[in-house]
Amino acid sequence: MNELINKVTKLLNDKTIDAFIGYGQGSTDRVRAIFARTVEQASKLIYTPACTFNLSGYLLKHEVKHLGKLGILANVAALRSIMQLASEFQIKDGEVYILFVNDDASLTEFSDFQSIEAFLEKANIDITPDEKARIEKIEAMSVSERWEFWNKEFEKCIKCYACRAACPMCYCHRCTTDVNQPQWIPVASHERGNLDYHLMRAMHLAGRCINCGECANACPMDIPLNLLTYQLIDPIKTGFGATAGMKADAVYALSTFKPDDKENFII
Amino acid sequence: MDKELKILKYSDLSKLIERFRSKGFPVLAPVQKGKVIEIEPVDTLDTIALDVLLSTQSAKKAAFPKVEKVLEYTLEKAAVKQTAIDPNAYAETILFGVRPCDASGFKSLDAIFGEAPSDAFYLNKKEKTTIISFSCPTADDYCFCTSVGGGPGYTAGSDIQFTAISKDELLVEILTEKGKKLSGLFNDLLTDASPSIDKEKFLADVKVVFDLDKVISNTTAAFNSAELWLDQSLRCIGCGACAFVCPTCACFDFQDEQNTKKGVRLRLWDSCGFSLFTLHTSGHNPREVQSQRWRQRIMHKFSYMPEQLKVLGCEGCGRCSRACPVDMNIKEHLTSIALQ
Amino acid sequence: MEQQNIYQPYLMEIEKITEEAPMVKTFRLKFTNEEEANNFSFRTGQFGEYSVFGEGEVTFCVASPHTRKGYIECTFRQVGRVTSELASLQEGDTIGFRGPYGNIFPIDEWKGKNLLFIAGGIALPPMRSVIWTCLDLRDQFKDITILYGARSVDDLVYKHELEEWKNRPDVNLVLTVDPGGETPGWKGEVGFVPTILDKIKPVSENTIAIVCGPPVMIKFSFPVLEKYGFTDEQVYTTLENRMKCGLGKCGRCNVGKVFVCKDGPVFTRTQLKQLPDEY
Repeated sequence: MNELINKVTKLLNDKTIDAFIGYGQGSTDRVRAIFARTVEQASKLIYTPACTFNLSGYLLKHEVKHLGKLGILANVAALRSIMQLASEFQIKDGEVYILFVNDDASLTEFSDFQSIEAFLEKANIDITPDEKARIEKIEAMSVSERWEFWNKEFEKCIKCYACRAACPMCYCHRCTTDVNQPQWIPVASHERGNLDYHLMRAMHLAGRCINCGECANACPMDIPLNLLTYQLIDPIKTGFGATAGMKADAVYALSTFKPDDKENFII
Repeated sequence: MDKELKILKYSDLSKLIERFRSKGFPVLAPVQKGKVIEIEPVDTLDTIALDVLLSTQSAKKAAFPKVEKVLEYTLEKAAVKQTAIDPNAYAETILFGVRPCDASGFKSLDAIFGEAPSDAFYLNKKEKTTIISFSCPTADDYCFCTSVGGGPGYTAGSDIQFTAISKDELLVEILTEKGKKLSGLFNDLLTDASPSIDKEKFLADVKVVFDLDKVISNTTAAFNSAELWLDQSLRCIGCGACAFVCPTCACFDFQDEQNTKKGVRLRLWDSCGFSLFTLHTSGHNPREVQSQRWRQRIMHKFSYMPEQLKVLGCEGCGRCSRACPVDMNIKEHLTSIALQ
Repeated sequence: MEQQNIYQPYLMEIEKITEEAPMVKTFRLKFTNEEEANNFSFRTGQFGEYSVFGEGEVTFCVASPHTRKGYIECTFRQVGRVTSELASLQEGDTIGFRGPYGNIFPIDEWKGKNLLFIAGGIALPPMRSVIWTCLDLRDQFKDITILYGARSVDDLVYKHELEEWKNRPDVNLVLTVDPGGETPGWKGEVGFVPTILDKIKPVSENTIAIVCGPPVMIKFSFPVLEKYGFTDEQVYTTLENRMKCGLGKCGRCNVGKVFVCKDGPVFTRTQLKQLPDEY
């Protein structure tokens, strides 16, 4: 922790960065994002086992960007998000100062995207055993059982859009659900409105989701949204050989035609 | 009316639900569903989650649901035929097992929807809802009802309030005419309570954390303190979770849905936290950035509403903070405003 | 207790459609129900919620004067979802109307005064209502000056009425278009509204100025009025925030302690100065 604080203090002092996005103590048992712009604020940075959520979404938030040159404490999920955002031309190499805390509490600073790519080859994000069990259960379901399962989950949705707001990949200025000419997705939080919204969101994350789970963490109604997007990772991998968030110059599988693309989806 | 104090045996509580249901009254009560506690129609006591701190969402949906039809119409050639929705078609309903902050949260909604011209969709549901609240034996760190004028045994807004005074007994406070009328269904189960029962003894200890007058006056004065609002809201991601779980947030949207022959106009929950809420068609947005939208949330509840409607827009239930994906803690923010 | 559905619109038939400018149309609307027509009245400055069923509602001021009964008019530019649908409708089609909502221009208090109307672009419609009301009661007021500007000659709305006002001896009409928006035969001014306002040197004594236009036009016109001695009480404007209910409930148009729909849309500059900059 001290190493982190010292490092960020130095970065702020020598003006390498104007603000550092890291973790701080939150309410009672929570940690929260903090934005250290002064040495005093940097002294509040923490790094504990509870600091697991993905901070990378803040890199695209208007008011955070306006703080100046940014530094960020990135975990594996955030590094993958950053790679994916880079491949979508949302972050440029060298634009953000990226720090990573190793298992032995030492710090790694990534000088460029290439070094992140090399690092990510050895890193992995997996779902929890509990989530694995749930996925297995869902995959064992018949199509109609699955349909029922998800509809039941979506019934709880209140359309607060916390999932979208928490997702680093949901950075569109005007989300499809907010487009009203034509109104693709019903705005109302009723059965169809909820279903259409979540299916649309899942489809737009296929091949882009890096499985950080922030959508599910954000949901106040406890809908396991990450399981939905998780299930789209494998088809993209086996179908197109692509995994999101591994390469800064990756091309997006679903918007790129290759002559050797499998066409087994055509009946 | 003067309140009446009675005792009900805990073992008789299930009979109340049975009697309400047998009379045909829908009963809405908190139900545990996984990690979420929803307020839903119930038929029996055993499905009701009475031991929980609070339901995830507030009880406002009993009178202000997330989706509500306000208009129905048919389209015939070039003509439109409207079918008026009867705002009065709503069954007498019992809202059971909610907390005092849920019951008192209706005060703010009453003020907003009741102001002329009044909104009959809300008012009728509210008028036909009898609220039986349970005082709070426990609280958590997010609760701050006592700082905004309420408390774990606050009775405003409740028609009847129950307080567990032992393993077997509930103190019953019959507070309104509506409550009195409903208690007619279970009078035989009630015995007189001794006036010496000290209800306070059975309530959670919720400490006052800030001076409300200070919050109100400092909020009003802090409008132009851009740094304050930015500091508080840098981590806010602009979702609507806080507004949707809030017992007093009442902002709404209208949306039409139709096929070629008929359609409906729906009233939906909306939130001042969304960037689209105020966006003009021209592209101009009067509240362009999240810190302005966060300021609006606080100003509306603690400055505009007290001035316009003589009612506070907050019950201190802390739901917004519990639901917030990024730990925006309103109690903490208000405390810092009070200390400005 | 029998209660009304305050969100239920009147049904109105589109009696006449006038093309005003590219993408801008005026609808003359009449009530389909005679009783509703007879009970309806409004005052200049008020607005309404116009529905295209299936698309939703849209907020415009009533663009016709309250001195003319039996119909109302609205003028709109085709921009968003509802206005695009509105623009596709024909004479004889039915739309919904809720209103009138909001406060009014206090024209009774303006008796015996000079009136200076300053409008830009698609903001002439709210002004047109009060201009015609005042022209219909012409002998109650002294000099009437109308300064109206648009991006280009094409974008000037109510061209026939501008012609009519130009030919009236009791109206001083000044038209302007933004630099580059003039046509070869253009006889009016060229320049932004605040610039031309400065050029015509408005007299503040016993004058009421009514300003309506895009936020930037309003922002730069106020200092010019100040320069010529207009006090804040002499300057009126009408705001247009995004609205849904029109009744001060849905929360959308809230600016400080007021709702533009309920406490406005007409504000004096004194009132405007007390509001936070959220419009």
